[in-house]
Amino acid sequence: MKHEVHVGKHVGRPMERVEDAQLLAGQALFCGDMPERDGTLQAAILRSPHAHAEILSIDTSEALLQPGVEAILTGKEIKEDSDPFLIVLRQPMDQWSLATDRVRFVGEAVAVVVAKDRYLAEDALDYIKVVYKPLPIALHPLEAAKDGAPLVHPAVGSNVVSTRHFSYGEPDKAFAEADRVVELTIDYPRNSQTPLEGYVVLADYRREEQVYDVQSNFQGPFTVHPVMSKALRVKGPQLRMRSPAFSGGGFGVKQAMFPYVVLMCIASRRVGRPVKWVEDRLEHLTAAIAAPNRIIRGQAAVMNDGKVIGFRFEQLDDYGAYLRPPMPGPLYRQHGIMTGGYDVKHMTITNRLVMTNKTPSGMVRGFGGPQIYYAIERLMQTVAVELGMDHLDLIRKNLIPAGSFPYRAAAGALIDSGDYQMALEIATRDGKLDELKGRREKARAEGRLYGIGYAVVVEPAQSNMGYLSTINTVEERHKAGPKGGNVAYCTVNVDALGGVSLTADSLPQGQGHATVLSQIVADELGIEPHDIVCNMERDTQRDPWSIATGNYSSRFSSATAPAARLAARKIRAKMAKIAAHFLKVSPDKIDFSEGKIFAIEDPQKTLRFSRVAGTAHWSPGELPPDMEPGMCEIGVWSAPELEPPNDADQINTSLTYGFVFDYCGVEIDRDTGEVNIDRYVTMHDSGKLLNPLLADGQVYGGFAWGVGAALREEFVYGEDGSFLSGTFADYLCPTACEVPEPLILHMESPSPFTPLGAKGIAEGNVMSTPVCIANAVADATGIRDLRLPLTPAKVAALIQGQEPARPKGNQATPPMELSDRGIRGQGTAFVAAAPELVWQTLVDPDQLARVIPGCHKMELVGPGSYRAEMSLGVGIVRGRFEARVSLTDLNPPKSAVISGSLEGPLGSSSGSGNVRLVAVEGGTRISYDYGFDISGKVAAVGGRMLDGAARVLMSQFFQRLGSLTEGPGKISAAPPSWWQRLLKLLGIAR
Amino acid sequence: MSQLNNDGRSSVSFILNGNPVTGYAEPRMLLTDFLREEMGLTEIHVGCEHGVCGACTIRMDGLPARACLTFAIQAEGHRIDTVQSLAQPSGVLSDLQLAFRKHHALQCGYCTPGILMSSSAFLEINHDPSEEEVRDMLSGHLCRCTGYVGMVRAILEVARNRISA
Amino acid sequence: MKPHSFEYLRPASIEETVACLARHSEDARIIAGGLSLVAMMNFRLVETKFLVDVANIKALNYIRVDADHIEVGAATTQAQLLAWPELASLSPLLAKGMPFIGHFQTRARGTVGGSIAHSDPSSELPLCLITLGGSVMLRSKAGSREVTAEDFQVGLMQTSRRPDEMVVAVRFPIRKKGAGYSFLEMAMRKGDLAICAVAAEVRDGSIRLGVGGVADKPAVREWKDLGDAALDEALNEFAWDLGGSDDVHATATFRRQLIRRLGRRAILEARECRN
Ligand code: FES
Ligand code: FES
Repeated sequence: MKHEVHVGKHVGRPMERVEDAQLLAGQALFCGDMPERDGTLQAAILRSPHAHAEILSIDTSEALLQPGVEAILTGKEIKEDSDPFLIVLRQPMDQWSLATDRVRFVGEAVAVVVAKDRYLAEDALDYIKVVYKPLPIALHPLEAAKDGAPLVHPAVGSNVVSTRHFSYGEPDKAFAEADRVVELTIDYPRNSQTPLEGYVVLADYRREEQVYDVQSNFQGPFTVHPVMSKALRVKGPQLRMRSPAFSGGGFGVKQAMFPYVVLMCIASRRVGRPVKWVEDRLEHLTAAIAAPNRIIRGQAAVMNDGKVIGFRFEQLDDYGAYLRPPMPGPLYRQHGIMTGGYDVKHMTITNRLVMTNKTPSGMVRGFGGPQIYYAIERLMQTVAVELGMDHLDLIRKNLIPAGSFPYRAAAGALIDSGDYQMALEIATRDGKLDELKGRREKARAEGRLYGIGYAVVVEPAQSNMGYLSTINTVEERHKAGPKGGNVAYCTVNVDALGGVSLTADSLPQGQGHATVLSQIVADELGIEPHDIVCNMERDTQRDPWSIATGNYSSRFSSATAPAARLAARKIRAKMAKIAAHFLKVSPDKIDFSEGKIFAIEDPQKTLRFSRVAGTAHWSPGELPPDMEPGMCEIGVWSAPELEPPNDADQINTSLTYGFVFDYCGVEIDRDTGEVNIDRYVTMHDSGKLLNPLLADGQVYGGFAWGVGAALREEFVYGEDGSFLSGTFADYLCPTACEVPEPLILHMESPSPFTPLGAKGIAEGNVMSTPVCIANAVADATGIRDLRLPLTPAKVAALIQGQEPARPKGNQATPPMELSDRGIRGQGTAFVAAAPELVWQTLVDPDQLARVIPGCHKMELVGPGSYRAEMSLGVGIVRGRFEARVSLTDLNPPKSAVISGSLEGPLGSSSGSGNVRLVAVEGGTRISYDYGFDISGKVAAVGGRMLDGAARVLMSQFFQRLGSLTEGPGKISAAPPSWWQRLLKLLGIAR
Repeated sequence: MSQLNNDGRSSVSFILNGNPVTGYAEPRMLLTDFLREEMGLTEIHVGCEHGVCGACTIRMDGLPARACLTFAIQAEGHRIDTVQSLAQPSGVLSDLQLAFRKHHALQCGYCTPGILMSSSAFLEINHDPSEEEVRDMLSGHLCRCTGYVGMVRAILEVARNRISA
Repeated sequence: MKPHSFEYLRPASIEETVACLARHSEDARIIAGGLSLVAMMNFRLVETKFLVDVANIKALNYIRVDADHIEVGAATTQAQLLAWPELASLSPLLAKGMPFIGHFQTRARGTVGGSIAHSDPSSELPLCLITLGGSVMLRSKAGSREVTAEDFQVGLMQTSRRPDEMVVAVRFPIRKKGAGYSFLEMAMRKGDLAICAVAAEVRDGSIRLGVGGVADKPAVREWKDLGDAALDEALNEFAWDLGGSDDVHATATFRRQLIRRLGRRAILEARECRN
């Protein structure tokens, strides 16, 4: 196949961005900045504090009376007004935009308040009363996949909602012939690139037109448009989705907002006014989206010389509570390229998809790549260790040979171009690998922990829209008809004065697509990029319709950019024809430059660009015969290589495949467990670079997130399903101090399948960097099982071994460790009163109310069971709760079990404790232990304070108990010593 | 002592980008919302509303401040500057803004106004910062797009150029 | 994430402030920089009837050197103290510890008194204060009192300040003759709250080590100068005394290890820079 290497006057150059002036001046309009119609109302959403619960009742009556409130919607209204969302699998897993009868994850939307402003809307949330009945949860994928696990969607009958086996080549033979089989299981965590701007939806139902007019920062509103319009029970054109030109980051995450779009549409229709919702950070982290966490058991069939002849992968991908289209994309997007950069012909893959009580998974930059490359590249490093071979030698031994491109990978990827050996050579030379090895040697000689890691990644770009159908069996696919392709659009428009504008289907989220498009079009038309106006808004009602429209899977360089060149070439051809007609030369003897159109052989024969354009508009009669008037052309592009999956389940999942080779040196601080990146080298072959400045920007950005994923970022859940990473102080995006500057190297093997020779570049490092760093840590420590993120505490635990024992005679309270039952504690207290007296206090509701911190009112609701209103808190933190408390296993005056639950705007909690009273000299010794779960907002944002807070409340309880039973006189007589003694007993002071 | 009660909106006056302004806010209104909604300054970006991301950073009496952790009424009588204060009135961008563009220090640009405000305040205090000091200053911001490389280069270059100018 | 409503009070002086506290007591919260408070209010974790803004009271903004201590007015910003030219010579520990507080941007607004009053167990200033054996000046309508750091912070975000009192100043003892100081911290990112922070003051014949981020409040131990093995034992004992707890970022074990290892490093470093 012949390559056309295209370097123009502008394409291929590191041009500054045309977008920047507006952004730097603060004048760019993001979705939340768009003008609103007068009377626009603001929405706030009530969310579930439970990971899994039945909704017994929702009472909105008091909330409706709050100032400024216009309407409140619950699942009931949603069911009336909409249908459940379509999903990719044929399974009974209905979901609506609000929970209907059950909540299935912490943060699931339960009700929406529509009010005059956001402040008032949030005020009203506190008055909605929801009664939940908590249900057992499925949290860990392996547990959830077992028979008998609590079911997230009972109607399915299992949490494993899809299983597919694939076999390529002769895997059994390969594994039988192998000298050895190396195995490694990895457990990739949940994370997300969390754009800095959250979701924004402004929905306006136009009753007379029966059109939902929605502005949002959706980064690909066409992809799930049918899902939304079906749910709203309208025809496609009745749902108008508009996305503005500027968006505060996407990274795939802004594909998952469709339930909110439907929700706000319904709200707007109900109130007859526009309704706006701006997602806040707590909502985003808790409930927006996460990349699926995945467990992969990988096996490599290996020969003693290091040749890998077969792979087996068993994947269990966790999609959380709901399967939202286009999920389970991450499990299949990488399917054709599951052999990575290696020439391995035999492979089996088992894909299982499991549902759990966590936030639904969705698109996140890398889209399945970080997970699978973590498995492949960790496995390869392990193979090297087991064979006693240098890791880089092992890589070299197995890379796809140069000269074999386009190369058909075992599972169907048609890798377009590359020279992996050359890439390694350049990278090791220019990145000075030898020097890095010297540093390792020196560090090790000094007793420091230093390691070098490598990673090889084949970076797919422009997804085959049919890849998801690989999840269906061959028979099912035959029935449904073939799916493939990826259609891209760009429109170039020239006005009567020669002004050029364009629109395109990429919906950029900060990548600078307008700049690159203007470079491409400028080259074709002989004008300057700054003379071209790029309108990057999209409108599903007005713009050419393609399901692929949007920004994901690195489709810009290989889809939208070619479409732009096609459109510009059409314009060029037309203008050349017009000019040729006037200049009386043949159209192929016409050239464009510096705003002029001229005859190549006689540059004196020149027309102004504007003049030629004007002719098409003003004087159609003067146009060459058979030419259409006007000067607007659409470039439409879909690559023929994106075929549907074949009957052997092979699929060319993407159009282009770049190559990334990374290595790094890390040093681990033995005391703190911190992993410090000493040097990081990242080599990219992304085909032809359209704008190297922007290409590097993508690498730096992807790398930074890779560092975050490797070392800090994770969505953490408590064992009770509570979500614990609700703030940017808990979900730890790296700052400028945590992200070093990597050395970026490039080579260019143009793609033969894209007109500009370009491939994608934005996702490589999110796939390569996490595993490269992990491999370096493995090299430094010799440890094989490494679960990301490699936080200091985790690494320290791996390298420091057992901590020094508690000194003999050390009396301090045993520390509290998070265990399977949330927060636990125990302690003893002394009260200067007889056990009988203490007992009476505990069983008398009035007395008990005075002992429980913050208890306002307590009433008996049944034998030994109470309902109380309390305001609980520590320090300045305080919240209102409704408590249910019951006393059981009464053994007066010796012991009792106190159990109960709390519900309030800050969250919910349930737990129990044992209290034992023993008469001792001068009073009673009370010993107690407790265990409880906390879920909802307070767990999501206050995690680090929780057990400290529990201790404070316990101490308050016993202080009050003491003061009540001992009598106030005695307390005031000697408060400090009494207080201190109690604190001491409780282990709070010493 | 001045006292503003919770149900009414009261007037708030301060100097905004060099001009005296007056608006109305109830006590709990955050300065972010006030500047965006009452003053129409959409360059105030909100990324977390708990002081970590830095997107909302403005300058208050010349010093960087989180607008999301400031109530509008607290601005009374102070000088508030947003990114609009950087460019010349004619629209010509400042050296710092131009350096950001040159070094591709922004992608989505959502974090950018806040970072520009911190950086401009920082460079007035520290004329000749080291890379480490620049990174330390930037650690008060989150950027999810750029990996910070371009910003570090831009700020260092501006400092150098200002010294040699 | 919008706060509950409240009434806003802007007293012009300390006297007006304490009068206001006397009237509203537990219903009032003082705001200065607002960095911790407003974040919590935005999450609606904190609800208050009255917000009393003291940021503009000039009488709360000063740094003064007295015989043996530096007195810092409560509304003095962290940035002001950090930029104070005498800081490194008069209080090497503060000079070393304060850069760990938040960020350039937050130190510009965050106040010294606010941090002490908020008493987060992971904060740097309360740790420095207790390690140095400093004190807190409180004022109410009834009068003034000085409370030692040891007695001031009683637990997790809990202090012995009465609801009618305000923190007006913080007193940091100036460096002791012949003493060396060190401050080390392990946080998840630059500027984050400490997983474990240690502050050491080493003099001839004595070691004082403060630890923050592990227990419900910073804790201090004082030892006679110890040999190597004895030091490890003492640190181990200290670590087990404090215990620590697990959270999303780190385990109790890890925190104890940091006490042992960072504690040791800090003491050695402080020993080195004695003068
Ligand atoms: S929005 Fe203010 S710091 Fe994030
Ligand atoms: S440029 Fe997007 S967050 Fe910084």
